[in-house]
Amino acid sequence: MSVVPAEVLPGGALGVEETAPGGGAAAELGPRARLWPSLAAVYRAQLSRARVARIPLLFVATFQSVGIMIMMRGVVDSRGEAQSVVAGSSVVVVAYVALNLLAQYFGQLRASGGLDHYATLPVPPASVVLGAAAAYASFTVPGTLVTAAFGCVLFGLPLGNLWILVAVIPLAGAALAGLGAACGLLAPRPELATLLGQLGMSAALLLGVLPPDRMPGIIRLARDLLPSTYGVEAYARTFGAHPDWAVVLVDLGVCAGVGVVSLAVATWAYRRAAVR
Amino acid sequence: MCAVRGLTKTYAAVKGRRGAPGVPEVRATDGVELDVRRGEIFGLLGPNGAGKSTLVRQLTGLLRPDSGGVEILGHDIVRHPERAARILAYLGQESSALDELTVSLAAETTGRLRGLDARQARGERDAVLEELGLTPIAGRALKKLSGGQRRLACFAAALVGERPLLVLDEPTTGMDPVARRAVWAAVDRRRAERGTTVVLVTHNVIEAETVLDRVAVLDQGRVIACDTPAGLKERVAGEVRVELVWRDRAPLDVPEVAVLRERAVESGRRWTLRLAPEEARAAVATVTGGAAFAALDDFTLATPSLEDVYLALGGAARQGLVKA
Ligand SMILES: Nc1ncnc2c1ncn2[C@@H]1O[C@H](COP(=O)(O)OP(=O)(O)OP(=O)(O)O)[C@@H](O)[C@H]1O
Ligand SMILES: [Mg+2]
Repeated sequence: MSVVPAEVLPGGALGVEETAPGGGAAAELGPRARLWPSLAAVYRAQLSRARVARIPLLFVATFQSVGIMIMMRGVVDSRGEAQSVVAGSSVVVVAYVALNLLAQYFGQLRASGGLDHYATLPVPPASVVLGAAAAYASFTVPGTLVTAAFGCVLFGLPLGNLWILVAVIPLAGAALAGLGAACGLLAPRPELATLLGQLGMSAALLLGVLPPDRMPGIIRLARDLLPSTYGVEAYARTFGAHPDWAVVLVDLGVCAGVGVVSLAVATWAYRRAAVR
Repeated sequence: MCAVRGLTKTYAAVKGRRGAPGVPEVRATDGVELDVRRGEIFGLLGPNGAGKSTLVRQLTGLLRPDSGGVEILGHDIVRHPERAARILAYLGQESSALDELTVSLAAETTGRLRGLDARQARGERDAVLEELGLTPIAGRALKKLSGGQRRLACFAAALVGERPLLVLDEPTTGMDPVARRAVWAAVDRRRAERGTTVVLVTHNVIEAETVLDRVAVLDQGRVIACDTPAGLKERVAGEVRVELVWRDRAPLDVPEVAVLRERAVESGRRWTLRLAPEEARAAVATVTGGAAFAALDDFTLATPSLEDVYLALGGAARQGLVKA
């Protein structure tokens, strides 16, 4: 038995006194973790996780995109098509990490009971989801930049407007990470979450990289429904000598809108998955 | 401090798919009633599948009971499950949320998410890691640690950001004696200094006897006894446990041995018997003399342990509890 008998413990000074059922005041609750600080804490933890475990995967994603561009080089014959290929391949890196890997992560976390850890901490659901999504999205930055720069050199496109990626990565990242997190948290089994993530990734790859003019109507509709498309378009437009910035803004706006909605859905899905 | 009333949870049946048999519904907790007092180290003991984890998951607001109530420090946890996170710290059986973090980051992040500011979280992290002897491995990822080290690191995370109630699901599984002692010392210190209450699940009968103030024995979702370890043992005080280990197999041709067999719980070459003291004496005389002795490898006589209590109470798992 323990060395301290329960009867002689320090008492009410702690503010955690017994209360008779139904009567008396309930004990004071511990503090709640606030949204931004806990988001930052989750972000930091997730980024370190991703760094340790996912760097090989980032290489895979980057090599995959670089490979696609090299293959497409023989097929592409117009400048417009080259722009789509480079923009598409760059955004595929984002899709690979933010959608595919995040769906896998949340699927496994949920299946293995790992959500219990977060659910028994007084942290807002949005912090957990947004922190993880932001970490995965920022993890894609180096791969996306390398892919974009390599593509521009390969196809002889100007490097001047590459800065647009500063907007494209977070916005497309938000939209895709939100989708990925929602898939992972809603899928009834982890294999399904992985499958959904892979499918989404394949869709982003096929529909984003191939130039749209050659697609049949129905496929083009599917392309329009995929949020990554708008990131690709926004980016592709900036290669021109006089880009139409208004249209670029509209495309980015669509990404942002889808991002808000999908992250909201993911947060809702987290809440649902955490308390069963 | 923590009152559980009529807590019932049934996991739904799963229909079998082609070929695979279905799973019938399981009543994992069945009208559980408990009162945990402030500053107590309260244990839940029972065989695998008894419903211990299901019970603590309902205490922590993770699982919604079908019926019944949980009140912790005056808060209704069934109606307000989100309040549980602000009253208690929980150490679950799984660690997958922290697996890829370093020990130090796992503890710090958990503290931040428990509402500490950055400076407090770092301070408490350092103090807890030091207290548990984890400082030398603070920079290593949990995944790369041994099972016991990982468990200790998760326990450390549970301690960062003080809570009046700790709910621990098998905290010392896989730990060596040094780590176990660190855990119990940390628990005792918090109890002495702050009146912390602890509810913990264990399989370890020896641990239960030495560290717990009170134990509830769970079997098939029901509390079949709840008392101090000493109080529970008194219920079988009139009995002695005799363990016989045969070299090869039991000499059943000796009539006295054949009679003993009817009362023995056999596991391999080992027989366990619970007998009245004079019966035990006779049994020992039988096996240590004559023909039976040649077949005997080892024998022990012991006063009853919680394991015997559990068996005497009619626990379903006749093999007894895991005794690590
Ligand atoms: N998610 C679930 N769905 C269906 N049945 C479950 C689920 N979780 C547990 N069970 C069943 O409920 C019963 C109690 O399980 P529980 O995990 O509470 O046992 P336990 O006492 O913690 O066991 P252990 O000592 O092995 O950890 C078991 O029969 C188990 O098969
Ligand atoms: Mg369990």
